[in-house]
Amino acid sequence: MRHVFTVRIGPIGFRVGSDWRAPIDALRELYRYYPSPNLPDFTVRLEATHWWRRWLRPSIRIAGDYMLPEAAPLPLAQGLLAAEMAMNLQLALGGRRYLLLHAACVERDGQALLLTGESGAGKSTLATLLAARGWRFMSDEFALIDPETGLVHPFPRLISLKNAAIAAAIAARPDAKLGPLLTGTPKGDIRHMVPDALAVGAMDEPAAPAMLLYPRHGFAAETRGVLPSESFVRLTQASTNYVALGQAGFDALTRLVRTTPAHAIDYPDGAAAIAQVEAVWRTL
Amino acid sequence: MADALILARALADPQSLALDTDWIGLVTTARAEQLLGTLAYRLDGLPLPEDVALLLADARAAAENGRRAALWEAEMARRALAPLGCAVVLLKGTAFVAAGLLAGRGRSIGDLDILVPRGSLDAVEAALLAAGWEWVKPDPYDDAYYRRWMHELPPLIHRDRDRMIDVHHTILPLTARITPDAAALLAQAQPLGTGLAVLSPDDMLVHAAAHLFADGDLAGGLRNLWDIHCLIDDHGSEGARVRAAEHGLSREVARALRLTHRLFATPVDPAYRTLARGDALYLRRLLARDDWGRPIRPATRLAFYVRSHWLRMPPAMLARHLWAKWRWG
Repeated sequence: MRHVFTVRIGPIGFRVGSDWRAPIDALRELYRYYPSPNLPDFTVRLEATHWWRRWLRPSIRIAGDYMLPEAAPLPLAQGLLAAEMAMNLQLALGGRRYLLLHAACVERDGQALLLTGESGAGKSTLATLLAARGWRFMSDEFALIDPETGLVHPFPRLISLKNAAIAAAIAARPDAKLGPLLTGTPKGDIRHMVPDALAVGAMDEPAAPAMLLYPRHGFAAETRGVLPSESFVRLTQASTNYVALGQAGFDALTRLVRTTPAHAIDYPDGAAAIAQVEAVWRTL
Repeated sequence: MADALILARALADPQSLALDTDWIGLVTTARAEQLLGTLAYRLDGLPLPEDVALLLADARAAAENGRRAALWEAEMARRALAPLGCAVVLLKGTAFVAAGLLAGRGRSIGDLDILVPRGSLDAVEAALLAAGWEWVKPDPYDDAYYRRWMHELPPLIHRDRDRMIDVHHTILPLTARITPDAAALLAQAQPLGTGLAVLSPDDMLVHAAAHLFADGDLAGGLRNLWDIHCLIDDHGSEGARVRAAEHGLSREVARALRLTHRLFATPVDPAYRTLARGDALYLRRLLARDDWGRPIRPATRLAFYVRSHWLRMPPAMLARHLWAKWRWG
């Protein structure tokens, strides 16, 4: 491919090829402090939907080792989003070394806090707010559970902030480096934030999972305990490769829910959520 | 331009790989051709760069899970069809792993393919529907087309396990000019002792060659050719040539022997060690994949796509089919 960029994010290496220079330049700039992998685990391609769409109303088809047939093409202005989506897709569909949970993850004192919930539950925002208050940011998208050790490995890719979360995250980290504001994407406005130096510097350091949280935005503040059985079902839904891993996935997940206390948190706004998280964390 | 030759060489002669191999290109090509698991088993035990070894170990673990899932799916079909008392013969990937053949090592397996007697089709269909399989193609034209002209029922998918089953009653479409002897395939099938059977080794090779060269556009062809290489490694190719003549598939089997020999140095009879007319074009198509996993050589690909339709249907019927597809489709 014409333009190539490779990057290692935590234990996962990517090779991104593009028909255009712009998305590669954006990745190079925003991932400037990340290392290069020896052997990328996955290949991603940002290619023109037709040969002439490289120049005329440029349109990006997301492709790579693993593809979703229904993935809609994106305009070149959203090239950074296309690259990020494509990298996540490779890991989600092809990752087998770790049990993948769709979760944000932060760490304190060597102990990891996993936040999982559907898109829009506030995972990225909460992880960013917590990181601004002294937690180590590990991931806003995937928690990588090693089936052998049970440890969570960091995957601190660019933080994908959406709509109202953009301003909230910038307020919490006013000096953070940001990507361009992408308007009119399939998920509204999106802006990428570079994780802080601590997150990038410690991206090879896993942590033991200590707590599972199920946040839900837009409700009166309430915290309740969640049984391992409920956690198990929720996390099978939140995992992209639980079935594909077979017994290793089952063993990793049962171990996680048996050894990790879990709570559901309903919250009205970010400040309340932080207070609730800190309160429930003190019960450890 | 780089093509999939790097992958064919790595499969044929893993020892020949240098440490400075373009590993990412090799892995990407293998993934795109659904041969990464196979490659991982071929390279197992060789001195490899650490990251390569790690990635290939993942691929072997994934293939092992795939193997278990495929065998489980076969067992589910066996349970659903056991009351009918008809023969149920596993085909392709599931057959290779169920029979413990070399071709099954690391092989990626998607759908479950089975062969049943044509007279049992209705009962098989009813039993599968009762056991939770559902239609994939709701379109009445497609459905009618399958039932009237294809060598298989319209594909069914299991509603809980999300796995597809293809129920064959012979190995080539009824519209094809070649009509293999389906009764002989069933008569020679070898029971596995589990209530399921597989084709005889010779018929397996003939089927693989038919599938590759007499049906379809050679998508996934490299994997299918590797199957043939492995089948020859296990049982030789003498018997298959005899059977091929009985099924009307001598040309296809001969081409399979020539191309496996060329690409994978498969030991075949000396008569099949030089390429014949047209073989080069097949090689061009089989290797049409670059080191980014992209399909290349669009003209060659299109030619084989057109050819696949030509093989499947007489011209008048093809015209009717294309008309119907265009009109409703």
